[in-house]
Amino acid sequence: MTHSQPGGPLVLGIESSCDETGVGIVRGTQLLTNTVSSSMEEHVRFGGVIPEIASRAHLDAFVPTLREALAEAGVTLADIDAIAVTSGPGLAGALMVGVCAAKALAVATGKPLYAINHLVAHVGVGLLETDDGGRPASAALPENLGALLVSGGHTEILRVRNITGDVELLGSTIDDAAGEAYDKVARLLGLGYPGGPAIDKLARTGNAKAIRFPRGLSQPKYMGTAEEPGPHRYDWSFSGLKTAVARCVEQFEARGEEVPVADIAAAFQEAVVDIITSKAVLACRENGITELLLGGGVAANSRLRQLTEQRCTAAGIRLTVPPLALCTDNGAMVAALGAQLVMAGVAPSGIGFAPDSSLPVTTVSV
Amino acid sequence: MLILAIDTSAVASAALVSDDTPESLVGSFATEDTRSHAEVLAPGIEELLAETGLTGADVDALVTGVGPGPFTGLRSGIVTARTLAFVWGKPLYGVMSLDAIALEVAESTDAAPEFIVATDARRKEVYWARYALAAGQLPQLVDGPHVGFAADLPELPVYGAGAGLYADVVNAVPEFSTSQPEALSLGQFALARLAAGEQLLESTPLYLRESDAQVPGPRKRAL
Ligand SMILES: [Zn+2]
Repeated sequence: MTHSQPGGPLVLGIESSCDETGVGIVRGTQLLTNTVSSSMEEHVRFGGVIPEIASRAHLDAFVPTLREALAEAGVTLADIDAIAVTSGPGLAGALMVGVCAAKALAVATGKPLYAINHLVAHVGVGLLETDDGGRPASAALPENLGALLVSGGHTEILRVRNITGDVELLGSTIDDAAGEAYDKVARLLGLGYPGGPAIDKLARTGNAKAIRFPRGLSQPKYMGTAEEPGPHRYDWSFSGLKTAVARCVEQFEARGEEVPVADIAAAFQEAVVDIITSKAVLACRENGITELLLGGGVAANSRLRQLTEQRCTAAGIRLTVPPLALCTDNGAMVAALGAQLVMAGVAPSGIGFAPDSSLPVTTVSV
Repeated sequence: MLILAIDTSAVASAALVSDDTPESLVGSFATEDTRSHAEVLAPGIEELLAETGLTGADVDALVTGVGPGPFTGLRSGIVTARTLAFVWGKPLYGVMSLDAIALEVAESTDAAPEFIVATDARRKEVYWARYALAAGQLPQLVDGPHVGFAADLPELPVYGAGAGLYADVVNAVPEFSTSQPEALSLGQFALARLAAGEQLLESTPLYLRESDAQVPGPRKRAL
């Protein structure tokens, strides 16, 4: 395929794996627009993302979001070199809307379509040039790169040898995602949805050392040693933590005492952030990872950023955190990875693929 | 007038219909199964255009079935139609999907003057609508669409796969006991209605059921 414009291929990316309908447009590594329509407000009264509500919202948001993105980027569909779409992992019904829309776009325009992995796209966004005064853009991903992804839908540590074809899952949550644990605990504490920002804010006024909550999968039988790793050395579990918080609240109530909500929020947050960062840094050290990218919506959490920075520095790991609007789910990250695939000469996916709600991270593009 | 019609309320189907052609048919395809819409719909439409040598520029309008039908499948057709209409800059209309079967009933030799069309709504229920038929006219929707148990349908002949599934409790018409809404009939119906100066619907899906989401109640406090 040809992409005659200077600056690399013009790629339009579509994201619909959870509750954000995103359309992003990039030229090579240059971000032209990141247009997102979220159905988050519609999920508030349920205390979590309701897949059917998210899917209905994607259907109604797609064309308006596409129209807005094209206008904001100042390009037409005829100018586009390729289309990229999240084909997994994510909510099956939600993925379906973006995938069908992307295929229709490919049929109507005749442009090549790339079906790509949502998790790897979270890493690909780190390649975009940003104008927020942050880290200067790098034309290529560094060697020895790892990615820590923390959101309402996922918690993973990845090793990225080559973003277009060689990504390895080092560890992940075996039950709830970290963001999901925040939502559930926020509900227990009567703090509303989404739980992350609410707990982060309240935790600043609490004493994290007042209560000690368990760190999941940290016992020796799960960890093993570097030479003989246990079954969950780099994995996380947050369901036991949620249960421990519930029991703690109940105990205060049973004693007729006021529940120290701020202390519980702080202690819960400390437990989550401590285990995430300690295992992530361990995985980096033991796998020769010297560059870590933090992505996903929970990257907004002040304590997670702080402790990750601190522990990475101590371990000699360089940490990169993309601007927050690019950390949460969005179309620009899909476009960014799509552009990498085009530039690497990877063949497009065609229009016969099916979305895959559990697409493994090793499949960068379908 | 050339219309590209799409329906995914049950099977995935698309058709090109035109009032310049005998029987209106330019080309069509339909799948057998009801669960692979996301894979097969776009390739089917692409092939349909290639086979007929037509492009988006030749299409005057798009028509999508708006259900009722299982949600995920239904949305795949509607978002496809909306996107094609946006890119091609063509008008998009909605048609209630059960109308497709009603038109086939009206054109058959054993049509009853009043009848029900029913499709599978899963969860042991059917989507259904009631039609009246006058000679030489399009079938008239008189009630529905609804979702409910087949046993609760009015006592009239029932056409469509929803009747075939529950033939033990409804007056199923055997020749139609596996019929599903398809884009060809849907497009023909749309052409006929437009020719008669009648309005079509918007492309808003007819879900008929809420999302099933429960607003969590207050947490029980420990005593
Ligand atoms: Zn994500």
